[in-house]
Amino acid sequence: MSPRIAKALINGLLIGGALVALFPMLWMLSVSLMQPGEAGALPPPLLPAHVTLHNYQELFLRAGMGRYLLNSLLVSTAIAALSLALNLMAGYAFAKLRFVGRDALFKVVVGMLAIPAQVAMLPLFLMLKPVGLVNNYGGVIVPAMASAFGIFLVRQYARGIPDELLEAARIDGAGELRIFVRIVLPLLKPIMVTLATYTFLTAWNDFMWPLIVLTGQEHYTLPLGLASLAREHATDAELMMAGSVVTVVPVLVLFLALQRYYLEGLLLGSVKG
Amino acid sequence: MNGQRAAWVFLAPAAIVLGVFFLLPVIGAFVLSLTDYDLYALADIHNLRFVALGNYWALLQRPLFWSALGHTVYFVAVGVPLSMLVSLGTALLLHSPMARFKPFFRTALFAPVVTTVVAVAVVWRYLFNTKYGLINYALEWTGIHPVDWLGDPHWAMPAIILFAIWKNFGYNMIILLAGLQAIPTELYEAARIDGASAWRQFRHITLPMLAPTLLMVGILTVSGYFQLFAEPYVITEGGPLQSTVSVLYLMYDEGFTWWSLGSASAIAFLLFLTMFVVTACMLRMERREAKV
Repeated sequence: MSPRIAKALINGLLIGGALVALFPMLWMLSVSLMQPGEAGALPPPLLPAHVTLHNYQELFLRAGMGRYLLNSLLVSTAIAALSLALNLMAGYAFAKLRFVGRDALFKVVVGMLAIPAQVAMLPLFLMLKPVGLVNNYGGVIVPAMASAFGIFLVRQYARGIPDELLEAARIDGAGELRIFVRIVLPLLKPIMVTLATYTFLTAWNDFMWPLIVLTGQEHYTLPLGLASLAREHATDAELMMAGSVVTVVPVLVLFLALQRYYLEGLLLGSVKG
Repeated sequence: MNGQRAAWVFLAPAAIVLGVFFLLPVIGAFVLSLTDYDLYALADIHNLRFVALGNYWALLQRPLFWSALGHTVYFVAVGVPLSMLVSLGTALLLHSPMARFKPFFRTALFAPVVTTVVAVAVVWRYLFNTKYGLINYALEWTGIHPVDWLGDPHWAMPAIILFAIWKNFGYNMIILLAGLQAIPTELYEAARIDGASAWRQFRHITLPMLAPTLLMVGILTVSGYFQLFAEPYVITEGGPLQSTVSVLYLMYDEGFTWWSLGSASAIAFLLFLTMFVVTACMLRMERREAKV
């Protein structure tokens, strides 16, 4: 095969792949701007005849999408912020502080990575019910305030901090908390952005646990609201596509803005050891 | 504050959260699976009885459990190899020195991974529509008869597999791309001097060097695919004729539609056990091959 043909083939395949990857999202955006009923025609139209924001209006005024959007923002932000704090502290302790049982305890954390979260869901529901955390934002936020994956990620990164730096500060008489805030945290900044982005996206996209614990519509996050809309309004393609746009666009924008950190975290999290 | 105490202060908040809201419920799930916890027990805990392995025994005799397991295994056995193939293919394309606009293509191919599964599943439900869906429209254009993707029990799972590949391949693509970039270029230069073809370079350098990454990615993907839930919940609602009821779908239904939490916990543990056995076998096979 001549290099010119090979080059055309490789770039052609990449263009084809990118089209397949992006097409459903572009189609979603296009249909969301169509008049009600417009997408159900033959041949299926690719672009709206007249662009309209009617579906978005309908979503926010009638279908309660604004509430779902605020719920999603609240829950995901709270989870990202709280779990960032807890995972940073624990990950740092595993990486840099000496204490009895450290290795055994870290093995437990790694072991937890292998247990599917769904195993815990049924008893967790029964535990949260008597304390009033079912159908409450807390039911989604509290169990997600720390994660084995987050601790693992921070520990991998924090191991790169030189011990001499911490020792020098100790000799100067700095307390452990001061060392953590003044020396360690600034060095962990890149992994903080990575972990916060990753956790926010995961919380935003999460479906099964919120579906179980948030029983009333007033607490629904976007995926729950959208799934329930899809069951009621199965035939309103245009309305549903607008709902999907509202759900997907915030995470896509966040990803595009912080892509480098997100992908780095993905690689760091997948490396064993 | 001495070092030991400081460490425990840093650890305590995360340890408490994980202990109380994860480890405790996992142990609780096992205990729950040995009881007949149901709607009556939910109303009054005195109705709770210990049934030992009764739930497991009953499940193993239920056709619906076996069909749910069968659908999940089908999804894993077909979906994982195909996903990995697409991930490897796109990673090789992106790695090629002849590829242009790499950052753009990488972002475009990865984008489906960050999207919300429920939202894009809703989109694909319309794309799969028998009459108005663009997938059938495109197939018709190439001369293939329209497929009743979501209405035919034989086609519903393939449709979900296609969706899952589209949604997930980008994740492994990024990891495999990093693996490819870590292979020393001298190996390829030496092979080229020896006159090895592109295919032989791939077969004798790329694949062996990438094998550990492929295995790790394979294990992660297998355990991820076993947890199939949101896709059938949104795209097919388990249908048609329960042909897309997965193990987790059954667990959800058993637990939160029928409130048979004891039986649902047993389902969760059987799934966990299956995943554990399958991934352990994958690890062992790799070790045996490495020895030969």
